[in-house]
Amino acid sequence: MFSNASSFVEGVDFAFFVIIGISLIFLIGITAAMIYFVIKYNKKKHPKAVPTKDNFQLEIIWTVIPTLLVLGMFYYGWVGYRPMRIIPDNAIPVKVTAKMWSWSFEYENGKWDSLLIVPVDKPVKLELFSPDVLHSLYIPAFRIKEDVVPGIANIMWFEANKTGTYNILCAEYCGQRHSYMLSKVKVLPQDEYEKWYNSKDTLAEKMMPGEIIMKKQACIACHSTDGSKLVGPSFKGLYGSKRTVLVDGVKKEIVADDEYIKNSILNPNSEVVDGFPQGIMTNYSGQISEDEIKQFIQYIKTLKND
Amino acid sequence: MSTEQTAIPAENFFNQGGKGIMSWLTTTDHKRIGLLYMYSIAIFFSVAVIIGLMMRLELIAPGKTIMEANTYNKMFTLHGVIMIFLFIIPGIPAVFGNFFLPLFLGADDVAFPRLNLMSWYLYIIGALIALSTLVFGEGSADTGWTFYAPYSVKTGTNVSTSVFAAFVLGFSSILTGLNFLTTIHRMRAPGMGWFDMPLYLWSTYATSWIQILATPIIGITLLMIVAERVLGVGLFDPSLGGDPILYQHLFWIYSHPAVYIMILPAMGVISEIIPVFSRRRIFGYKAIAFSSLAIAFVGYLVWGHHMFTSGMSGPARIIFSILTFLVAIPSAIKVFNWLATLNKGSIDLQPPLLYSMGFIFLFLIGGLTGLVNGALATNTHIHDTAFIVGHFHYVMFGGTGFGFFAAMHYWFPKMYGRMYNIKRAKIAFWVTFIGFNTLYFPMFILGLQGMPRRYYDYLPEFQDWQVVSTVGSWILVTGLIMMFTNIIRGARKGKPAGDNPWNGYTMEWQTTSPPPLENFHEKPVYKEISYDK
Repeated sequence: MFSNASSFVEGVDFAFFVIIGISLIFLIGITAAMIYFVIKYNKKKHPKAVPTKDNFQLEIIWTVIPTLLVLGMFYYGWVGYRPMRIIPDNAIPVKVTAKMWSWSFEYENGKWDSLLIVPVDKPVKLELFSPDVLHSLYIPAFRIKEDVVPGIANIMWFEANKTGTYNILCAEYCGQRHSYMLSKVKVLPQDEYEKWYNSKDTLAEKMMPGEIIMKKQACIACHSTDGSKLVGPSFKGLYGSKRTVLVDGVKKEIVADDEYIKNSILNPNSEVVDGFPQGIMTNYSGQISEDEIKQFIQYIKTLKND
Repeated sequence: MSTEQTAIPAENFFNQGGKGIMSWLTTTDHKRIGLLYMYSIAIFFSVAVIIGLMMRLELIAPGKTIMEANTYNKMFTLHGVIMIFLFIIPGIPAVFGNFFLPLFLGADDVAFPRLNLMSWYLYIIGALIALSTLVFGEGSADTGWTFYAPYSVKTGTNVSTSVFAAFVLGFSSILTGLNFLTTIHRMRAPGMGWFDMPLYLWSTYATSWIQILATPIIGITLLMIVAERVLGVGLFDPSLGGDPILYQHLFWIYSHPAVYIMILPAMGVISEIIPVFSRRRIFGYKAIAFSSLAIAFVGYLVWGHHMFTSGMSGPARIIFSILTFLVAIPSAIKVFNWLATLNKGSIDLQPPLLYSMGFIFLFLIGGLTGLVNGALATNTHIHDTAFIVGHFHYVMFGGTGFGFFAAMHYWFPKMYGRMYNIKRAKIAFWVTFIGFNTLYFPMFILGLQGMPRRYYDYLPEFQDWQVVSTVGSWILVTGLIMMFTNIIRGARKGKPAGDNPWNGYTMEWQTTSPPPLENFHEKPVYKEISYDK
């Protein structure tokens, strides 16, 4: 509508044009007729109403014409939509993980990013996966949207035809930080894309293994590393500190040690820090290995208070 | 107006049947029950308007303005639950249906007066349970009024209580539908055949069938959510082996027909008002009557359009899209018939007609934007965006809400025997109408630009239209306050209105205002209406 960058845009916008155009004609016509009647047949000028005579022909006309028009609208809606369901065989597969409240994109060669990076003029297939609740991947500039449903492997595809950076938004309400579940899609020229795709992850080299796990698992969607309060407590200064937690509604003092952090990952709702919401955190057992938890704790240890 | 009257007749239902609060709380008089509904609905409506006002204020700028994300999420849930279950669904049937259905039929009450009172109590109990989540438990639900699984299963907020409230309210709705259906079948005045019934009754009749047949589905679905949360039964949450899409199907199998529970009574009201103020018989009576039934029937088969992006199969999307377009046709027929009735009438632009014309304009925008939602290509883009929020506010508030206001201004003199200030009512209409469009029209533009719904915070590029929309909310509330103060003042101090101030044709105008306890002084017989007055 306002920015257009995929092969679907033309068909979708034409459907918009047809439907909104016909609708405007009806809206303006009916409103004008209504106002005209009220003025022309006002009781001061027209004190005696003409008795109503039913007109069967007229009834038929205004049933048949709208029927044909809406069937036309359906047709253009279908024509604009059909290509979205026909996925080319050569589409580049990207695995999308949507979880409360972040996006991550994984490529065939194991490359991973929180931005969706794609080449221009090449079909890309998104395999949608959610471990927790419903989300919906929405790229307004491409006119596409598909729900990410836990337990169901939904697929969508697109072919970007203009380089640039466009918004990705979550369109299905998913809880507290729904409106912050944003990302970007970067459409690169083919050579730049290949360079990026085949490059060693320079960012990953600088990061500790625990930090990568934290980003991949989307821990940082709820737990900051700079002390600010999001949904859950910040990781900063966490390790070794004293915390008051609720165990079955009873307050208890604990020290945030290895055992506590591990338990909070695998059994997150047994000891929630007082003042934070109960029952909101996803259970990560089966999604993270023992080794990864160790690396994760190593990283948390480095996040000391200033 | 026609008959000048200086006093309210002493024999009226306010005086008869006892005074004091207990006489109201134990009444089985359909007129008093109608008013009980109206007063309780007015309170809940005001609460939800204030919540809406605060949400709009939060959205005036990106980032935090007056509340946290958690609070905002609870607010849009409560706003939706109150507006849907406590205002729009019961609204016109429970207030004006209760008050006028027997009067239309020439009957002295509904078929089951005590059941009718029980429906009101269920309504109040359900409402109190819903509002109790504000005070008790882990805070009110933050799921949206749709209670989509699996979030509604996982969230720590008090979803169980909220859905239980909706369950109780469902029974109120079912029993009201049952009562009206029986009354229409069994209690028409001697001589009144099916096609002599006022069109409002046809719309009530269609509505009642949907209430009886669809509401049980939502009742059981919501209890399934409770079962899943409390007992851990895996129905909708995939981590327990359930299917979240199943929930959406079950939810919308009720909730889409429910949209017609909400709009059909308003269409009935408009079909009553337009002939009276154009002084001629409605054009295409049978077409309007049958289109109500057609809407009720086809309305059952279109729920899938709420799920076009959920991963439904291609053929299912296509079939639901076609059916969705077909349900637009009976609505279009109604609009054309109303227009043809105005043509060559002798039009008196009193407040009820003004609100009815407001209804037609706003409902047109709501209905036509519905076509955008029904087409697959365009739906994919605007699904779950502000466009949808704009669309259903135009249909539900611009349609049903303005229909409610039209009904209120039309039947007010019959209910209270007094008249409100006509000039103020007209000014209030224009302020409300302008405020409404300023508030909701920008949502269409925001949606087309790609602004998702249920967003506590937004990207800065969306701010301009958000500000316009928030300013609209202030104008709208000003109009509503003007409208309601005028109505309240009219009920207390208005001039006596006489029995038939609008020269209405239907039977309720043949009795005194306010009507006596038994409705008619002598049992009326239906006579064919003469439109030559």
